[in-house]
Amino acid sequence: MSITTNTNESAGGNLTARALREGIFAGIVALGLFVLFVGLETTQNIRNELVLNQRWGLLAIFVIIAAVGRFLTVAYFQPSMAARKAAASKTAVDTEESFFKRNFSKIAIAALLIYPPLMVMLFGVQGSLKWVDNFGIQILIYVMLAWGLNIVVGLAGLLDLGYVAFYAVGAYSYALLSQQFGFSFWLLLPLAGILAAFWGMILGFPVLRLKGDYLAIVTLAFGEIIRLVLINWTEVTRGTFGVSGIPKASVFGIWSFDVSAPNNFAKAFGLPMSSAYYKIFLFYLILALALLTAYVTIRLRRMPIGRAWEALREDEIACRSLGINTVTTKLTAFSIGAMFGGFAGSFFAVRQGFVSPESFVFLESAIILAIVVLGGMGSLVGIAVAAVVMVGGTELLREMTFLKAVFGPDFTPELYRMLIFGLAMVVVMVWKPRGFVGSREPTAFLRERKAVSGSFTKEGHG
Amino acid sequence: MSDTLLSVQGVETYYGNIRALAGVNVEVKKGEIVSLIGANGAGKSTLMMTVCGSPQARTGSVIFDGEDITRLPTHLIARRRIAQSPEGRRIFPRMTVYENLQMGASLDNLKYFNEDVEKIFTLFPRLKERQSQRGGTLSGGEQQMLSIGRALMARPKLLLLDEPSLGLAPLIVKGIFDAIKKLNQTEGLTVFLVEQNAFAALKLSDRAYVMVNGQVTMSGSGKELLANPEVRAAYLEGGRH
Repeated sequence: MSITTNTNESAGGNLTARALREGIFAGIVALGLFVLFVGLETTQNIRNELVLNQRWGLLAIFVIIAAVGRFLTVAYFQPSMAARKAAASKTAVDTEESFFKRNFSKIAIAALLIYPPLMVMLFGVQGSLKWVDNFGIQILIYVMLAWGLNIVVGLAGLLDLGYVAFYAVGAYSYALLSQQFGFSFWLLLPLAGILAAFWGMILGFPVLRLKGDYLAIVTLAFGEIIRLVLINWTEVTRGTFGVSGIPKASVFGIWSFDVSAPNNFAKAFGLPMSSAYYKIFLFYLILALALLTAYVTIRLRRMPIGRAWEALREDEIACRSLGINTVTTKLTAFSIGAMFGGFAGSFFAVRQGFVSPESFVFLESAIILAIVVLGGMGSLVGIAVAAVVMVGGTELLREMTFLKAVFGPDFTPELYRMLIFGLAMVVVMVWKPRGFVGSREPTAFLRERKAVSGSFTKEGHG
Repeated sequence: MSDTLLSVQGVETYYGNIRALAGVNVEVKKGEIVSLIGANGAGKSTLMMTVCGSPQARTGSVIFDGEDITRLPTHLIARRRIAQSPEGRRIFPRMTVYENLQMGASLDNLKYFNEDVEKIFTLFPRLKERQSQRGGTLSGGEQQMLSIGRALMARPKLLLLDEPSLGLAPLIVKGIFDAIKKLNQTEGLTVFLVEQNAFAALKLSDRAYVMVNGQVTMSGSGKELLANPEVRAAYLEGGRH
């Protein structure tokens, strides 16, 4: 009895000592790493001279975070994780899934439906703008784009680094056609989708024989070509100035959101004038479009074409030997994925009222792809969660003004966006190498549906 | 000659400039099990792939059921009901056993799926136990069963099997070969088999071809070749199971 307590005590003492040692070591490493990047800063003063600023305070904060973080990890976090792991392996794994987990998607959709009225109630009509527009619409656009790309990358397994090209095609289709010919949004939405799908096929044809890395490079180039055409074809696209004054969408032509229109939405309902109503309308519009994408994806997965996509991802030669035409299978994947990109693009144009090539840079493609990979390729729920975390997280950074009190008035949290993005990706990939939801639901089963775990398979296969 | 199902006539196939098949003539009649044996690199798998149109024969022709299929793309050849269990099995690793079988039935758009899947499950009861498991997590023997099962789901007139014994224990090989024999006897399924395991293949087959360096050097009934001293020396001595 006394012996065991002794060992426990000595183990605890050892642990604290080790944690202290590792904490100090981490601090030294952080000091070495950040002394030039953070501790010293060069700026120009008013006479254009280079001035060296010393920021020892900020450097100290970085070092302290590293040291304390390491100390806490070793002393508390790792033991508790180990204990949890041991406890988890002891208890039976066959616990019934909770109600929340089983009905996650239904609950999420219901929450999204009541989200705008809730925000209006909480923050007032004008105050809800930020929450509905910056968070709601922004995130849903990325959810839709990622779900669209998921058809190409997650289901058909064709790595597409130029997805933003179809987004651009959709946006410019709406922007230019509505300005030149005065067509309404509801006419141009399907048209933009069809045009984007058409471009998807144009991309698809030359890359039919390519796979993996080679395919990725060509799609990357394709995305850049579209952007450069938009910049340089100035007579049509007005180049880098972009297209502005894009007409707003209306509620199926019944109510308009133009301030001067007689059938203005706010006037019709006797509400005070506010742009918030338009944003709320747009929120429901993008929600509907995103849900359409999800619905089509779910339906297609159960149809022969969806099964063929998934089989194509697994093994192209086996596909052909089973009588599947891989050419049409690939082209449909490209064009259907592109079509949803086009829908999202025309929505983007309607929301911004302004499009320019700057919105369609490679970084956008990379972010969309990152969301798909982080969420778990092929998993709709995982991708939605990843989009919320990634896009919502960066939006949240803008809100963190209190950080200025810590780091000084010059500190702009948005600038650290990509840093945190990268960090989050590393963390997710270390802990969940197959994304948030690494399992895949089989589309066919005899008696019971059983999620197929992603464990024990290679990355990218699991 | 009306009962000839597959006829390969003077086929030459190239990989780039390298000639892999140098004028091969092979014939498979309806209801037969025909095997093709030979050393590594003899061109056995190439011949099988040429029948499937990938790669296509540069000269010569492949006639299936009276139709020239030499220049058809692979998926159209498959639609003529030539099903293949390819070398290395090539099942879909992330899809379940059940879904893999579904993929095999895509030709008829799952019209006969339910009755056919029961047949496969009686033939390979192991697959029934494993039906909701991912293909990639099956053992080698089970994967081979799945690969053959998936090919059978297409209701083939001709089943091509490329090295079904590859990397499997003798007992499992026996099980699979018994299943092939059973299919041939009860349903009259025509099988064209490529094998390294010459002894098992020759015992199973009605007729066989021996291939060396891209050419067929010998042919005859399975029994004849088993007794042939040259074949014994080259492929059987020391290799008997």
